[in-house]
Amino acid sequence: MKVLVPVKRVIDYNVKVRVRPDGTGVDLANVKMSMNPFDEIAVEEAIRLKEKGAAEEIVAVSIGVRQAQETLRTALAMGADRAILIVATDDVHQDIEPLAVAKLLAKVVEAEKPGLVIMGKQAIDNDMNATGQMLAAILGWPQATFAGEVTIEGDHALVTREVDGGLQTIRVRLPAVVTADLRLNEPRYASLPNIMKAKKKPLEEKTPADFGVDVSPRLTVLKTREPEGRKAGIKVKSVDELVEKLKEAGVI
Amino acid sequence: MSAMLDIPEEDRLILEAIEKWLERDVRPHVMRLEHADEYPHEMVAQMREMGLFGATIPREYGGLGLSAGTYARIVELIAETWMSLTGIFNSHLIMAACVARMGTEAQKRHYLPRFASGELRGGLALTEPDAGTDLQAIRTRARREGDAYVVNGTKTWISNGIHGQCFALLVKTDPEAQPPHKGMSMFIAEKGEGFTVSRKLEKLGYKGIDSAELVFRDYRIPAANLLGGEEGRGLQAALGGLELGRINVAARGCGIASAALKDSVRYAQIRRTFGKPICQHQAIQLKLGEMATRLQAARLLTYDAARIYDAGRRCDMEAGMAKYFASEAAVENSLEAMRIHGGYGYSKEYPIERYFRDAPLMCIGEGTNEIQRIIIARQLIERNPA
Repeated sequence: MKVLVPVKRVIDYNVKVRVRPDGTGVDLANVKMSMNPFDEIAVEEAIRLKEKGAAEEIVAVSIGVRQAQETLRTALAMGADRAILIVATDDVHQDIEPLAVAKLLAKVVEAEKPGLVIMGKQAIDNDMNATGQMLAAILGWPQATFAGEVTIEGDHALVTREVDGGLQTIRVRLPAVVTADLRLNEPRYASLPNIMKAKKKPLEEKTPADFGVDVSPRLTVLKTREPEGRKAGIKVKSVDELVEKLKEAGVI
Repeated sequence: MSAMLDIPEEDRLILEAIEKWLERDVRPHVMRLEHADEYPHEMVAQMREMGLFGATIPREYGGLGLSAGTYARIVELIAETWMSLTGIFNSHLIMAACVARMGTEAQKRHYLPRFASGELRGGLALTEPDAGTDLQAIRTRARREGDAYVVNGTKTWISNGIHGQCFALLVKTDPEAQPPHKGMSMFIAEKGEGFTVSRKLEKLGYKGIDSAELVFRDYRIPAANLLGGEEGRGLQAALGGLELGRINVAARGCGIASAALKDSVRYAQIRRTFGKPICQHQAIQLKLGEMATRLQAARLLTYDAARIYDAGRRCDMEAGMAKYFASEAAVENSLEAMRIHGGYGYSKEYPIERYFRDAPLMCIGEGTNEIQRIIIARQLIERNPA
């Protein structure tokens, strides 16, 4: 079975983000970028499936600016076999919207014919949580979102999903789209020799035009602003006073 | 940090992988291991898995063949989190560099792949109780007996002395030789009968790592382990490793200086006095400005020395400048960080006191800063005859 793992280049989770002065978004110039952590979990899961013999080939794909090839190299260094980069924009501030990404991925799926697409449940930059679901809809494939555990059983996948009330296990027919949740696994870091070997693994470059997909934005961002700062608290003198204040605030 | 943005993609990926490891598996444990002076076994195993023990070993012998420039950045990054860790692979790699540069083909084939995988780890055994920077004064003696040598003597301050298995051992094969260096030789010495670790040395800082005293009593070593297969080239082997060693120590100094600055920049925005964050007071701003400039200068000197080393040119002067300046920068920045942090800087709950204890080692190790300036001056004269 071939596994396709879409990965997104996002602002590193350790970076303290700054809103651009014109309010159009977050400043991404000269900040550290990394693979979306949920996608990293997806890559790790694909590698584990391969190690268990449930998958033969792992293809990583990224859609965005050309610099996303670094993200793909990371996936290759972790253990993906080859990579496809779809250069959809040269503006680091242009986010390719979920629907466009899903349409492009559907075309990649058509060409690659994977038995499984596994990706992060959402990207930590805009938290859309939509691409996996849209892709499944376009392809007419089953979807298993928020996966906390994935087992391949013949032509089905057993996926334990993290839902609000607890854990839900479902069985989906392959090919399917699975989106990875935080607790699915703890991704390995690439060893230095593998990082160096990754340079020699194939990385194919494409454009949306190659697939006949229009990626121009359909959504308009009206405003981006920073969350409000925390207000100063007050000091109470006794437990009684604390209880009184909490009652006043209506929290107990 | 911004220093990472202009380096080649592959190097950046390497540094990012190391950063991830530091965040996840090192940083949370540093305080505990440091204060217990406990050897970081798990981290060493992870460093092996990552391939760090082969960082600068040539690719044809199973290493990664990284340039000194990339390597310096790795050292800096790790030292920024915990300086002690860098000692575990620094001296190991200098031993490997001695073998790579001076060893016979058979020695290289036998040892380098095992060094690179971390199967065999170790370091340099040069310093003695009465001889450090002045290496020609060493007294450890190796006498030829048939197809072996018999070694007697003591080495001290040997990094990885307890947990390492193999050392580049500098001895005198002819104590009467004139000039003395012609009687000095280097061996690749694996632990065995007659080679004992007498004790772990207690230190001000550089905790966690095993600095030990090694004692040789009628230790027999096969003649095949004589580096390069020829007597009289020991000092050359030892000194040749020191250029890279000094770039290493310079990078460690940058790491400490950088940690001190980063912590200070963060703390100065959080801590308030007289109604505002202390970063808004000029007294603190002057310190931060000095610290950042000093760090940047130290980095540039270090990267420059590494660049010359990578070009295959002599760099004892540049490596000496980098080592001298970056180690002093570490001392000064750690002290300034302590002043900025006030009481917290002096407290064991914060890492500042660790930087302050670790930094002076950079001034002393790998040739004192006094000798560095003498080397710089001698080179100046040599390169600029009147």
